[in-house]
Amino acid sequence: MDKLAEYLQIPFVQHALIAGVLIALCSSLLGVTLVLKRFSFIGDGLSHVAFGIMAIAAVLRLSNDMLLVMPLTILCAVLLLRTGQNTKIKGDAAIAMISVGALAFGYLLMNIFSTSGNLSGDVCSTLFGSTSILTISKKEVLVCIILSIVVVVSFILFYNKIFAVTFDEGFARASGVKAGLYNLIIAVITAVIIVLAMNLVGSLLISALIIFPALSAMRLFKSFKSVTICSAVLSLICALVGILISILTGTPVGSTIVATDAAGFLICWIVGEGLGAKK
Amino acid sequence: MSLITVKNLSVGYEGKAVEEDISFEVGKGDYLCIVGENGSGKSTLMKTLLNLVESISGEILFGDGLKKNEIGYLPQQTQVQRDFPASVTEIVMSGFQARCGWRPFYTKEEKQEALAHMERLAILPLKDRCYRELSGGQQQRVLLARALCATQKLILLDEPVSGLDPKVTIEMYELIRELNKSGTTVIMITHDIEAALRYASHILHFGNRIFFGTREEYMESDEGSFFLQRMEVRKNG
Ligand SMILES: Nc1ncnc2c1ncn2[C@@H]1O[C@H](COP(=O)(O)OP(=O)(O)OP(=O)(O)O)[C@@H](O)[C@H]1O
Ligand SMILES: [Mg+2]
Repeated sequence: MDKLAEYLQIPFVQHALIAGVLIALCSSLLGVTLVLKRFSFIGDGLSHVAFGIMAIAAVLRLSNDMLLVMPLTILCAVLLLRTGQNTKIKGDAAIAMISVGALAFGYLLMNIFSTSGNLSGDVCSTLFGSTSILTISKKEVLVCIILSIVVVVSFILFYNKIFAVTFDEGFARASGVKAGLYNLIIAVITAVIIVLAMNLVGSLLISALIIFPALSAMRLFKSFKSVTICSAVLSLICALVGILISILTGTPVGSTIVATDAAGFLICWIVGEGLGAKK
Repeated sequence: MSLITVKNLSVGYEGKAVEEDISFEVGKGDYLCIVGENGSGKSTLMKTLLNLVESISGEILFGDGLKKNEIGYLPQQTQVQRDFPASVTEIVMSGFQARCGWRPFYTKEEKQEALAHMERLAILPLKDRCYRELSGGQQQRVLLARALCATQKLILLDEPVSGLDPKVTIEMYELIRELNKSGTTVIMITHDIEAALRYASHILHFGNRIFFGTREEYMESDEGSFFLQRMEVRKNG
């Protein structure tokens, strides 16, 4: 405990905690929608795309890769959503193609143009997040805070609309709701979240951060609102616990958080079954 | 002017017509029943009216100041995922989305109105229940309440009684009749010709040819008298 208190005094630990908790909060918000709309594959595909774009940014030696990664990922989100809607099977294949392609392309680029001696370390940290969250700078924390506020505020403002298009898009469209527009907004928010979360857990594990809290909450609650709130709280707690464990034991941050999320899911599942059995 | 005027409309998917040359009119306060065999294009027509499916040719005119977001809809099947967490109130309230525009939250009046609709459809006691744990008939009523939240002017119902037991079916029909009496224009797809003949003011029949006319005209037409005869035979035999 003393050790923990001591660690909490250190600025970079504080930064990591703030950033980690905010990112976890944001990524859990849209989880329910993405899982229910069968959009979780978009999250997965996007994270690979973001990896590819990051590789390009690294090759171009951009000092601020956010400026390149963010708009391009948003663009891809919109494109993926379009293809995913038009023709179902082809859309699936297109997403698989783009995401795997981006992954391979990104690795290839890093391999050819890499200047650092520790290539596999670099790749590993982009894929799994490694410990980069602990080296996060004050400026990055600020960016993180601003983006999180934007995400949370837009989620709250569009909450009812997101519910309407998630529950029954046909009805929403029929009664004159601009479903296409709201799908677009969902895609853009997803892209922002993914780019944000790249820092925390790396591109391979992002889906876990988005999906686990939602699935856990769905075990326990039965209205959209309670599931959303529960998954946000769960995600917060898991991120906090995960980061603290990783600081204390020296395990990689990303995978520790995801492991905590998985443990959370297990607990919720057991509790959910127990509640169900009692009825 | 009529609420909806359809002229020589062809409906179908990807340029291939399912049903061609449909013409009819729906006036304010009408109760139109659409009948016809499975796969004859009834749902497709309804989706075309709702702009969910593109029309192939012909015209749909909305009159009487009817706006796009003043149409309520009860789909034939709602593919709600098995594990979708949503309470009855949340679903009913989502019907207001159309009139919300950019407004992010629902107003107090809207909440009251939603409760009133739930009361009317006798689902008020279910308001905090999870939608997927309701029976088919209860679910159908929840979706009808949502349609009513969307509008009171015009509702389109695609087989509202499929899967309901005889008692609930009659209740549902009576409900729809009451709605119609209180001024809501109704367009309903049904396979129950007896009900169509009992409740509708107009009938659109998809068969070898397309029939459109009032109920009385229908009973005298070839299509209608065919069913009337069969009903007679059943009653007498
Ligand atoms: N999404 C679709 N794409 C292509 N064809 C479709 C689609 N949906 C329906 N069809 C075809 O269009 C025709 C008309 O279907 P529709 O659903 O309108 O029939 P229906 O009259 O409502 O039948 P039912 O009484 O069974 O509900 C059918 O032959 C069907 O196979
Ligand atoms: Mg149908």
